[in-house]
Amino acid sequence: MTLKPRITAEAASQSMAEIEPKYRPQEAKVEADRCLYCFDAPCIMACPTGIDIPGFIKKIATHNLTGAARVILESNILGASCARVCPTSVLCEGACVMLDRDEKPIKIGRLQRYATDHVFDNKINVFPVKARPNGRKAALIGGGPASLGCAAELARLGYQVVIFEKKPEAGGLNTYGIAYYKLTPEVSLAEVNLVKSLGVEIRTGIEVGKDIAMDKILAEYDAVFLGVGLGNTLKLDIPGEDKQGVVEALEFIDWIHTRPLHQVPVGERVAVIGCGNTAIDAVTQAKRLGAKEATIIYRRGEEDMPAYEYEYEIAKKDGCAFLFHTAPVEVIGNGSVTALKLVKTRNNAEGKAEVVPGSEFTKEFDMVIKALGQQKQVSMLKKLVPDLALDKAGRVVCDAQTGQTNVEKVFVGGDARNGGREVVNAVAEGKKAARGIHAWLGGQVTAGPVQNSRLGNKDGITGSGFDHPARVPELEAAYYQSKNEVRHG
Amino acid sequence: MADLSVNLAGIKSPNPFWVASAPPANTAYQCHRAFEAGWGGVVWKTIGDPIVNVSSRYSSLDIGGNRMVGFNNIELISDRSPETNFREIAECKKRWPNHAVIASLMTDTRENWHDYMKRSVDCGADGVELNFGCPHGMCERGMGSAVGQNPDVIEAIVGWVMEVAEIPVIVKLTPNITDITRPARAAKRAGADAISLINTINSITQVNLDNFCPEPYVQGYSTHGGYCGPAVKPIALNMLQACASDPQVGLPISGIGGIGNWKDAAEFIALGATSVQVCTAIMHYGFRIVEDMIDGLNDYLDKKGMASVNELRGRAVKSVDKWETLNLNYKRIADINYDKCIGCNLCYIACEDGAHQAIDLVDEGGRGLGPGRLPGKKIPQINVEHCVGCNLCSLVCPVEHCITMVDVETKKPHMSWKEYQTKLAAGEIERIPAHP
Repeated sequence: MTLKPRITAEAASQSMAEIEPKYRPQEAKVEADRCLYCFDAPCIMACPTGIDIPGFIKKIATHNLTGAARVILESNILGASCARVCPTSVLCEGACVMLDRDEKPIKIGRLQRYATDHVFDNKINVFPVKARPNGRKAALIGGGPASLGCAAELARLGYQVVIFEKKPEAGGLNTYGIAYYKLTPEVSLAEVNLVKSLGVEIRTGIEVGKDIAMDKILAEYDAVFLGVGLGNTLKLDIPGEDKQGVVEALEFIDWIHTRPLHQVPVGERVAVIGCGNTAIDAVTQAKRLGAKEATIIYRRGEEDMPAYEYEYEIAKKDGCAFLFHTAPVEVIGNGSVTALKLVKTRNNAEGKAEVVPGSEFTKEFDMVIKALGQQKQVSMLKKLVPDLALDKAGRVVCDAQTGQTNVEKVFVGGDARNGGREVVNAVAEGKKAARGIHAWLGGQVTAGPVQNSRLGNKDGITGSGFDHPARVPELEAAYYQSKNEVRHG
Repeated sequence: MADLSVNLAGIKSPNPFWVASAPPANTAYQCHRAFEAGWGGVVWKTIGDPIVNVSSRYSSLDIGGNRMVGFNNIELISDRSPETNFREIAECKKRWPNHAVIASLMTDTRENWHDYMKRSVDCGADGVELNFGCPHGMCERGMGSAVGQNPDVIEAIVGWVMEVAEIPVIVKLTPNITDITRPARAAKRAGADAISLINTINSITQVNLDNFCPEPYVQGYSTHGGYCGPAVKPIALNMLQACASDPQVGLPISGIGGIGNWKDAAEFIALGATSVQVCTAIMHYGFRIVEDMIDGLNDYLDKKGMASVNELRGRAVKSVDKWETLNLNYKRIADINYDKCIGCNLCYIACEDGAHQAIDLVDEGGRGLGPGRLPGKKIPQINVEHCVGCNLCSLVCPVEHCITMVDVETKKPHMSWKEYQTKLAAGEIERIPAHP
């Protein structure tokens, strides 16, 4: 076993420090003052949780930081972590009108962090008034972002909310599975505490179906929300996969979040299989924790990688290597991994990766991190709720607006519903399901804190970011395709 | 290259840019630095009985990311002796014979005015400026704006000064008055050679919300101060135009108030100023700002085919008239250039909540996305029927030349309010119906 800690505590605290430093007050003020305060702002529409972004930015500009944080957290209870992990360049910042004035977009993510840090650092309670209990109870399975989003919304509608979480702490991947230099577990746990402060009970270390029967929950609660996320990492399905030194990406990242940084074992030469955002998180952190070499192995080309451009940039800056058009065929080693047998691949006529015959080669590695994406929890879901309808990809089928599944009492949101998207999507879907639950149980239809007309229409929420978050590049591509023209400029 | 030299009532300077009587014009050292940088004239910090100042003295109005949009001070006139000041003026004139050095004066009795006037002549100053404007401190002692607010006193004092004046006399007016032409006419009646305006405006710029004391702070107390800087320019232009267009004033004018660049200066000149005086912008950025003022004004005059800055003077005075003379039948409406619109929809909400509900949000409908409007997002459209041509949308629009105001042919003859009233009285015309 050659996995071992390779870095001192001091060095780790530097190499794993948050990648974007906190704004100083003057920086935040200058940036906030740049915001045009658009009316039906495109950034609101591009935020899945529909945060009133110009609203909170203007509050920062007037030093009303508590008010700014309240605006954020009212719409997105995980506003502090989303400020750090959202792919802002394709969401709010990607929609900023400044881009169209040939200026840099407003740094919405960093401003959001500045405001939310203010209330968490100073222990300011932004929701001092508790909702009047409405006598109804909801159980939320899983304690990740979707459930936290749902719980906050339900609690503020007066529900008695209980979250059942298998792990010792709630927060899901925010607590255990995101690159440390982007989001520390402390930020996630502070948000968990905020949700608790709304009156939500979180029972950790409880696995539903094992420690408590699903039938019992279904019988005792008025509504149930499934926020179970995804399961284990997909297998490589190659010989030698069970050798020592082969770990799952989320397992490796979990170590980083549950052990002192200087005690996290890492290889000297690390291979990361896959090229999504989690793969990037794994390869960069392996490098930052002392690996001499950390290499991404991806069966397709640079242009095909699912990781965001800015994530790729981070990895390149960290000195990580990339082997494109390469796939592993065997893990070599006597007990522990010592090398990978690899082949070169190429895209065939249909655009699929195929093996180049006779291209086999071997490269030495003492750690292999699997980052091929997570499995759907099909069998677990079927066990919990046998009648639950899933689609072919293993996602729970539900009503788009309410998150209600074919099993009346059961609602869903987050990765279990969307197959694996951003934290902010999970929060939005949790929130949407909370409103769905409330409407289904006879409560009034609730609207967000943003004035309807600010979401693009005087007559109703048709352009709402909350219901139809805009992903600018996708929207524009579709628009210009329909017009058969290319975007100018 | 246009000729920038000016002659204000006999005071000649190589360009119209003068340092105003204020902290930047306090010493010979500063005067040398100003002329080295390119300023055409300096109006010395007001000379009088040396005063004692307080600490602190200045405060400002900041807006968004912009510092000192407005500025105020509670500093008094020169705290140096008249001997020192007159000696240094003489030094400056010796070194800069072709530049204008003007002694600003403030005192009380006839004898004292005669004394200061004579010493100004003796030191070689090109002219004097009588400070009847300071709205803080000195006015409590019957000087500064206390004089400027009383046309009779202005007339009397200017009369004393003119008894011994051998060099041009400029009277500096306070804006803290209802009708600026009254003191201007008084100066004229008493024989002044020119006026300068505006001095600073009475003000409190900000209140500290922790100690509940306005700024500038003097041990728990403050006082109202003289307000200046970019924010006062519109007030200054208005008063300038009033004096420039009043035949009973008929004096050359040195324009002051919020001037910071060549454009500001050109506007003052177009509204009748011969020279312009600058203080706050220098206090903000230093004397070097004059480089662009000279260069920019030159370039502008060349583009307009004007050989001299004097050709620009007063060009806009006649374009200002009473409201009752404006054509009621003229109409312009807003026009949005969708190739420039970025989709902020500030125009929409400004019109909807703040004006006349004449912009609708509609589907893009073939107009394209311009530089970056979001697909599926509604875009603003001017409701031609409802648009009253108020300009608001074009003012809030953050993109240059995106919303323009365009003339609409009304096919109606010119009719001012005055003409309307006449025609109504004569029964020649129906009353215009009230707006629904």
